[in-house]
Amino acid sequence: MKLDTTGMESAAPVWGSHNELVDEFSAAPSFELPNTTDFDGFQKEAIQMVKPAKGTTTLAFIFKEGVMVAADSRASMGGYISSQSVKKIIEINPYMLGTMAGGAADCQFWHRNLGTKCRLHELANKRRISVTGASKLLANILYSYRGMGLSVGTMIAGWDETGPGLYYVDNEGGRLKGMRFSVGSGSPYAYGVLDNGYRYDMSVEEAAELARRAIYHATFRDGASGGVASVYYVGPNGWKKLSGDDVGELHYRYYPVMPSTVEQEMVEVTGA
Amino acid sequence: MARYDRAITVFSPDGHLFQVEYALEAVRKGNAAVGVRGTDIVVLGVEKKSTARLQDSRSVKKIVNLDNHIALACAGLKADARVLINRARIECQSHRLTVEDPVTVEYITRYIAGLQQKYTQSGGVRPFGLSTLIVGFDPYSGVPSLYQTDPSGTFSAWKANATGRNSNSIREFLEKNYKETSGQETIKLAIRALLEVVESGGKNIEVAVMTKEHGLRQLEEAEIDAIAAEIEAEKEAAEAAKKAPPKEK
Repeated sequence: MKLDTTGMESAAPVWGSHNELVDEFSAAPSFELPNTTDFDGFQKEAIQMVKPAKGTTTLAFIFKEGVMVAADSRASMGGYISSQSVKKIIEINPYMLGTMAGGAADCQFWHRNLGTKCRLHELANKRRISVTGASKLLANILYSYRGMGLSVGTMIAGWDETGPGLYYVDNEGGRLKGMRFSVGSGSPYAYGVLDNGYRYDMSVEEAAELARRAIYHATFRDGASGGVASVYYVGPNGWKKLSGDDVGELHYRYYPVMPSTVEQEMVEVTGA
Repeated sequence: MARYDRAITVFSPDGHLFQVEYALEAVRKGNAAVGVRGTDIVVLGVEKKSTARLQDSRSVKKIVNLDNHIALACAGLKADARVLINRARIECQSHRLTVEDPVTVEYITRYIAGLQQKYTQSGGVRPFGLSTLIVGFDPYSGVPSLYQTDPSGTFSAWKANATGRNSNSIREFLEKNYKETSGQETIKLAIRALLEVVESGGKNIEVAVMTKEHGLRQLEEAEIDAIAAEIEAEKEAAEAAKKAPPKEK
């Protein structure tokens, strides 16, 4: 197991002492630590600052026809909405998708890296990598960076020789196989709708509608989720984007404004 | 440290790697080994030098498992073989751990061949003095395969092949007599090929059979004797048939 030795170096390193190349044995990356009074607390605080609160809603579920993957598109920095049009569903390769929750850069980079590894596997072994294998590769990478402040909560969804596959992988190095997952600050709301409406034998349209509704409801209640609800479908021939609807428009589609009678209609007062 | 930079395998003026060729010589002096691929079965056979009476024959098994679905036989330096086999076994498990999938025969052959090649291009080491025959079934498609590697690090797939002592005669025999077989027929073909160069008898050859369902199974001496007897009988019948028609004229 690759040990994380960043916390074991001397508390007050001399500035300018370069010991990166000397040790053959400690290959773990390290950074110079500043002189500070609260050494332990400082580390925790730094990790907390770096680790954004995974403000997002993503979900994926397996059903009879394949895998449905959906996500919102809002990026927030605290209370500030930095973007309403972030692509949170990452195309690893034509038959595998990854979802983004947590640090955008971390997710994008490591998914891209995973795509590279999957392609190399294909070239070397003359067969596609399984969803199991791909998710395991990612989980192993994230595990080796455990405690270094990566923030990744992703779902790997794909279709391989054994059929549809769905795995949840996070920055702790955890990896779970499952039929339904939702990740992010809006996930409780999405789970409510998803778990209520889920049936294994749905058609593609029904499943897409369920996914869309779940994302919509999460964006309605969760401030950190919003923008556009994208829905992707992964089938035997690879993934296909089904829809990308603005959640504001979805709101009025699901809850159209009913003209209601008012007690006293205001009449325009004509000029004197 | 500087001593280890001395490469042992270097090119000769006319483009040969003599250490590799000498390693092939070592292989040519090793025990004969033959492998045959059938439609649903793969067979490995190895020549067995008569075991000394006090030796426990169970400790000198020449056909080994790399994983549940892959087996290996080799010709050449047995000590080198042990090292290579251990590395291959670890790689099989490591692959299972990192991708949650058993290795394919091609993958592990590529790994072993890569290892053999590395030792022809490193400082302070000599090449492995053995050629291997690797058989197995693809974990998903169930297709049987037979591969061979050699000290230079090349590998290729075969329908049937032999290595070690007198491998050329065995290969000639296989080329003449090979056809797509399955089950017992494949076993008989492998034993017939081996008996071309080895004295007949169950105690002089070791045969192992691998099927998708049952994995690797070593044949008992009695079984091998029985099949050898069948082969003898068939040979005699063929001889007799050849002699018979002229008489009738």
